[in-house]
Amino acid sequence: MAKARTFQDLILTLQSYWAGQGCLILQPYDDQMGAGTFHPATTLRALGPRPWNAAFVQPSRRPSDGRYGENPNRLQHYYQYQVILKPAPANVQELYLGSIRAIGLDPDLHDIRFVEDDWESPTLGAAGLGWEVWCDGMEITQFTYFQQVGGIECDPVCAEITYGLERLAMYVQNVEFVYDLAFNEQFRYGEVFHQNEQEFSAYNFERADTEILFQNFKDAEKQCRELLTGKKLPLPAYDQCIKASHAFNLLDARGVISVTERAAYIGRVRALAQACCEAWLQTPMGEYKPRFG
Amino acid sequence: MPDMLLELFSEEIPARMQAQAAKDLERLTVGALTERGFMFEGIKAFAGPRRLTLAITGLPPEQKDVREELKGPRTDAPQAALDGFLKKTGLTKEQLKVETTPKGEVYMAVIERKGRATPLVLAEIIPEVMGKLPWPKSMRWKPGNPVRWVRPLHSILATFDGEVVPCEFAGIQSGNTTRGHRFLSSGNITVHRFEDYEAALKKAHVVLDAAERAEIISNDLKQKAFALGLEPIEDIGLLNEVSGLAEWPVVLIGTIQDEFMDVPAEILQTSMRTHQKYFSLRDPKTGKMANRFALVANMLTKDCGKEIVAGNERVLRARLSDAKFFWDEDRKHSLDSRIEKLKGIVFHAKLGTQFERVERIEKLAGEIAAKIGADVTKAKRAARLAKADLTTGVVGEFPELQGVMGRYYAQHDKEDSAVADAVRDHYKPVGPSDAVPSEKVSIAVALADKLDALTGFFAAGEKPTGSGDPFALRRAALGIIRILLENKLRFALKVSDDLLTFFADRLKVALKEKGVRHDLIDAVFGLGHEDDLVRLVARVEALQAFLKSDDGANLLAGYKRAANILKAEEKKDNKTFTSEVLESKLVEPAEQVLFAALKAHREHIDLALKKEDFSAAMRDMSQLRHPVDTFFDDVKVNADDKAVRENRLNLLASLRATLHQVADFSRIEG
Repeated sequence: MAKARTFQDLILTLQSYWAGQGCLILQPYDDQMGAGTFHPATTLRALGPRPWNAAFVQPSRRPSDGRYGENPNRLQHYYQYQVILKPAPANVQELYLGSIRAIGLDPDLHDIRFVEDDWESPTLGAAGLGWEVWCDGMEITQFTYFQQVGGIECDPVCAEITYGLERLAMYVQNVEFVYDLAFNEQFRYGEVFHQNEQEFSAYNFERADTEILFQNFKDAEKQCRELLTGKKLPLPAYDQCIKASHAFNLLDARGVISVTERAAYIGRVRALAQACCEAWLQTPMGEYKPRFG
Repeated sequence: MPDMLLELFSEEIPARMQAQAAKDLERLTVGALTERGFMFEGIKAFAGPRRLTLAITGLPPEQKDVREELKGPRTDAPQAALDGFLKKTGLTKEQLKVETTPKGEVYMAVIERKGRATPLVLAEIIPEVMGKLPWPKSMRWKPGNPVRWVRPLHSILATFDGEVVPCEFAGIQSGNTTRGHRFLSSGNITVHRFEDYEAALKKAHVVLDAAERAEIISNDLKQKAFALGLEPIEDIGLLNEVSGLAEWPVVLIGTIQDEFMDVPAEILQTSMRTHQKYFSLRDPKTGKMANRFALVANMLTKDCGKEIVAGNERVLRARLSDAKFFWDEDRKHSLDSRIEKLKGIVFHAKLGTQFERVERIEKLAGEIAAKIGADVTKAKRAARLAKADLTTGVVGEFPELQGVMGRYYAQHDKEDSAVADAVRDHYKPVGPSDAVPSEKVSIAVALADKLDALTGFFAAGEKPTGSGDPFALRRAALGIIRILLENKLRFALKVSDDLLTFFADRLKVALKEKGVRHDLIDAVFGLGHEDDLVRLVARVEALQAFLKSDDGANLLAGYKRAANILKAEEKKDNKTFTSEVLESKLVEPAEQVLFAALKAHREHIDLALKKEDFSAAMRDMSQLRHPVDTFFDDVKVNADDKAVRENRLNLLASLRATLHQVADFSRIEG
């Protein structure tokens, strides 16, 4: 298998590989979020009995990881490639290794290992058991069997596979500085995103208006709650939960949230996520009770 | 006799859980077999990244027949009692026997269970044991099935005498196949018994036994290092961990880029160990860390690991760049300038911030330094800087480097070398095998650090309990004990009574290993005023030697007799005898002799005690043995004459007081 030479090749290869495995190829969610797990295609669809197989790229924002474009591999905006398979197929590890072959990493030449790493998202009330997958000592994927989302037990259990695309591409392309990645044959990653990292680092750490953000958090929380009373609208409510979470992440990056407040804010987002998940299960797509059975 | 083989094949089991899982599998299976009356010759459990294996040898082909007699109610008992008994035994009234016992006629049930064929019993035991296996963390994976395993389970291999034992767990039917190495083997492997199983696995690039894997790694590591004129830096914890991460371990050597070699070795080593699970190598001649590292792969490749090494070297470069970045950044700010930041770090909700703690330690270190003859200024300076490295990037990333980094930064700030050393060594000893600080400035800060923690947590009501010691206070107390004793430091622990008792308990544990009797420690602590541990131990040691001698043992017996009489009489009279003995009232020669002996020896004893020559004091005390023996032989303490009686009791009290100058003999056992 030829190596995926560029960043976009890598994405295209993964898209076609997982499409070939019967996954829906979805598009990124149009809200700012910290990780692909926040995509409703993961958070909400992981719950309930309906089978669900999907794959998508999700731009992910971690405001406090901003380094003004100076760190070789830390970014406040990066891409995750996420695969969600429900129920987890018995050969899911093999399927995953197939994707590694597809992008040109030959397991016969490398040292691929599944090293214990249980995943937990306190803001989503989600947890699972799994591994970080190592290729020659490099963590290239997070592999998790969800046990719980929104505080609700997952049954069936789904497998979530998350590739950090930049990191994986750096490995495949043998590049040590993320901005040197070939995005395609003409453009380097830096030409696309370096200025973005500089500007957003300044925004995240210096310029983001904390008063507005605190208000955004409150507004999103309020709207989310409203949408979950009366005739419930869990999908729009969950959008508000995502917004609240991102506002919190920005406030955290601005350093205006103390250690004790931090736990309280996380608890508030978790409460929203749980309420959304519970409401989702009452909808036809979330139906908690099997339709046939 | 036949053998049994069980293999539970799953997705990757966390390395840290493997050894315990193998032990639990063995323990639970042994329990289940014994419960069912089975004996066997041998059992061995194995664990690795993808499998738990159990091999039992010499298991009989059939379970023994069991005959059980159960005694039931009396024949004249109410019907309900009989009904209950019938229900319990599953028999009818006609099947019961009647037996005459001293309590009358009772029903007896004789239950005979024919032993079943072993495979049938195993088929019952295997799922039962699997269901009970206590993983520290486990998961569900089968839709609609609450069954848990550490990670998804793929197959169960179960044979007895070469034949499959048909059983089921989590909807998985047992069989006689397994799989080899994830990448170095393909397809199923059929096996019948342990011998061909182990051999077949080896062929399929799986080393079954973790101990063998560790040995392979250890040998390979030494050889490859030796070929480069180096030696591995031993790390048993890491060795065990990597043995659980590879079914076919292969040691490969990589190079650390020169630009990182001026970063302190501890940082390199910790970063490599924590993040990458690499071994560090050193030059055996200089002891200096080498610019090489060893990794343990789970793979044989046709390029002999070239790509693997190249990949790992790149990952390490990124890791060490991070570490070097922190190291460089950290040195841009002096330790002194970081102290202020400690105000933002909570030490404990009830004990304030790290800054407040530093203020306390600083004061205490100054006081201790003055007492033990350390440089007070340096001790206070070191205490002030001791916790400043908690705010550095390196310690944030690698908390285990606290202290070690503080020393480097203190050196960089041109602090006095005794101060810098104390910043590092004040945490010592960090474990039973760690050395205690021996430089006075370090000792002062180390004692202050631990005493502050102990007094603080005790005052805050956070004493260790039987099950938990979250703030490592036992270790702190033991640390103080070791520092004082190993440095022979004369230092009074001015602490609360409950804390002193805590020290006494720790001391017992510490001295027990040296064969010191715990009751002797109690006897000396029982004096209530001994808080100088060095002197305390000297007393205890002298006491132990003394009691081993005939004179000592007899004197103890005499003391006990005196103390018992006193106790009884003091209770009777409701008073304590402490008055002067009146020489004029001593009637019998034996009591006169004892009185004279006490008087004669007291001066010697006092002098010896003043010089802290406890052996001499006790030698003198042993001279009292004969007078005491004679006293009890010849003298009736409870004389009819009230004044004579009281005088005799006062004489015994004076003997007691004399001996109590060394220890509270009443606490000595035997």
